[in-house]
Amino acid sequence: MAVFGLYNYWMFVALLMIGIYTIMSRPNLIKKLIGMSIFQSAVFLLYISMDKVEGGTAPILKPGATDQIYSNPLPQVLILTAIVVGIATLALGLALVVRIRESYGTIEENEIRELDRQ
Amino acid sequence: MNALQPHWPVLVVIAPLLAAPLAVLIGRHRLAWAAATAASLCSFLLALQIAAQVRQTGPMVYEMGSWAAPYGIALMVDAFSALLLVIVCGASTGGLLVAARGLGNDIARHRLPLFYAAWLLALAGMAGIVVSADAFNIFVFMEISSLATYILVAGGQRREALTATFKYLIMGTLGATFYLIGIGLIYMMTGTLNLADMELRIREVGELRPILVAGGFVTVGLALKAAVFPLHTWLPNAYAEAPHAVTAFIAACSTKVALYVLLRLDFFVFQGNVPGHGAQFTGFILPLAVVAILAASVLAARARELKHLLAYSSIAQVGTILLGASMVSVTGLTASVAHMYNHALAKGALFVAVACLGTLHSQLSVEGLAGAARRMPLTMAGFVVAGLSLIGLPGTAGFVSKWYLVLAAIELGPAGVWLIAPVLAASLIAVIYIWRVVEPAYFGPSDPALPRREAHWSLLLVLWGVALLNLYFGLRPDFTLTLARQAAEALLSVSN
Repeated sequence: MAVFGLYNYWMFVALLMIGIYTIMSRPNLIKKLIGMSIFQSAVFLLYISMDKVEGGTAPILKPGATDQIYSNPLPQVLILTAIVVGIATLALGLALVVRIRESYGTIEENEIRELDRQ
Repeated sequence: MNALQPHWPVLVVIAPLLAAPLAVLIGRHRLAWAAATAASLCSFLLALQIAAQVRQTGPMVYEMGSWAAPYGIALMVDAFSALLLVIVCGASTGGLLVAARGLGNDIARHRLPLFYAAWLLALAGMAGIVVSADAFNIFVFMEISSLATYILVAGGQRREALTATFKYLIMGTLGATFYLIGIGLIYMMTGTLNLADMELRIREVGELRPILVAGGFVTVGLALKAAVFPLHTWLPNAYAEAPHAVTAFIAACSTKVALYVLLRLDFFVFQGNVPGHGAQFTGFILPLAVVAILAASVLAARARELKHLLAYSSIAQVGTILLGASMVSVTGLTASVAHMYNHALAKGALFVAVACLGTLHSQLSVEGLAGAARRMPLTMAGFVVAGLSLIGLPGTAGFVSKWYLVLAAIELGPAGVWLIAPVLAASLIAVIYIWRVVEPAYFGPSDPALPRREAHWSLLLVLWGVALLNLYFGLRPDFTLTLARQAAEALLSVSN
């Protein structure tokens, strides 16, 4: 049971592995960037999972309610920042791929390596 | 000025951060350059003031918006940060002075304001990393500086610059994300992101496994960013393909900033609070450092292009810096921190010399530079002085830190003596690879097609300024060594 209770964390590890495997195994630069995004999203999931408090609700103060249990809002705020960073990285990566396509005529890593060797 | 004194740590970051959009808005490339240089110089002067202040009165703490730590976000500048701040801001200012004449036609005129904006963001990011006392803030600043650095590297003239940047981007993001995972795990166990608070609360953590995993993630992630040996593959091409002025800037400071965070977390937070951390750190880092020193030095000696040669030498120097740290002693860390400063001086000067050579030579292969000393005597003389400092000749800055490294190795007793061998071997191989450039440049046949023309005086001024600093800090190492020793003691205070 304890193993299934950590369901989120298993998903985190699985996504992390899928992401890093995609980066390493695919020669296509766009697919590499997709792998990178999955890899980063896995970490977002880790942060979001850890702020969950059992029986907790959204951390908004309600007048009169004194014994409410709230989820921890800090990791969510942190991960909002990390998502923005992730988008900026992805955008820059895609811009680079566009430039690479313009000057090499391909986005396959092995073909680029061939062209560089010439 | 005195009224502003408590705000110095934040002003160092804010000046380039504000100047970055300003450079874009100005739109004229000369004015944008002037704004960038002014902001960078401003940060540099502040960094020097902070270093002087910290040396006398100890760490400066700044609470953002007067919110007290651990709830608010704090900035903290101690001796270690102050020394790194001087390196970062100094490298940026020197690099910008070189960029005015040394960029050639790498970047189209109308894009230059954007280029300088990216430069300022890289500076703000790196300065932010070293002043920040908050683990998550360090991550954000790290990403700011990395994203800006990718843009700078992609500015290189050849199309290989793009593929080099792509590789750098993937590896850099992996490193930063690993760091983020580590920080997340520590936050999970301690509930804090403030480094000083983390250090206290980590002692109370009962279940140590997540902390150990976090230590692994943080160390490997930052090792990737710092180009520690088997994770260095992004570095040679990124350095070689970037515009020369950019290489001078990032070679002097970007790996050092990653090493700063690595040492800050591994020593300030983990060392002494997590049982057995010192032995684990030594066991993991020491072999990598020794292999880095030897393998990268050999690769440097075999490199065909001058910038590749210097890049591999940088990887070897990262190994040297980590070798000192992996001894986990005050002398070892002093050597390590001082070597960050001295290597920044030596490698910075060498890459400025490369920028000077680049104004005349389009190809910077080692053979292509034959006879360069007759065409550009002042440049090559500067190259030789900086090269001697890289080798570690007595009287130059490079010698001081290597001497301390040897002292630290001797302190370890009979086993430590073996660690002197890689340091000496690295110096000897450095003689070989610097000589490989210097010998043909002075005694090789000169290509009659190339004119005899020195680089612009502003480039020579920067080159000789930094080269002479190499001699100055070799003869009067007080400044470096006091700050480095204070830094080492602060990093280890927990275990004493």
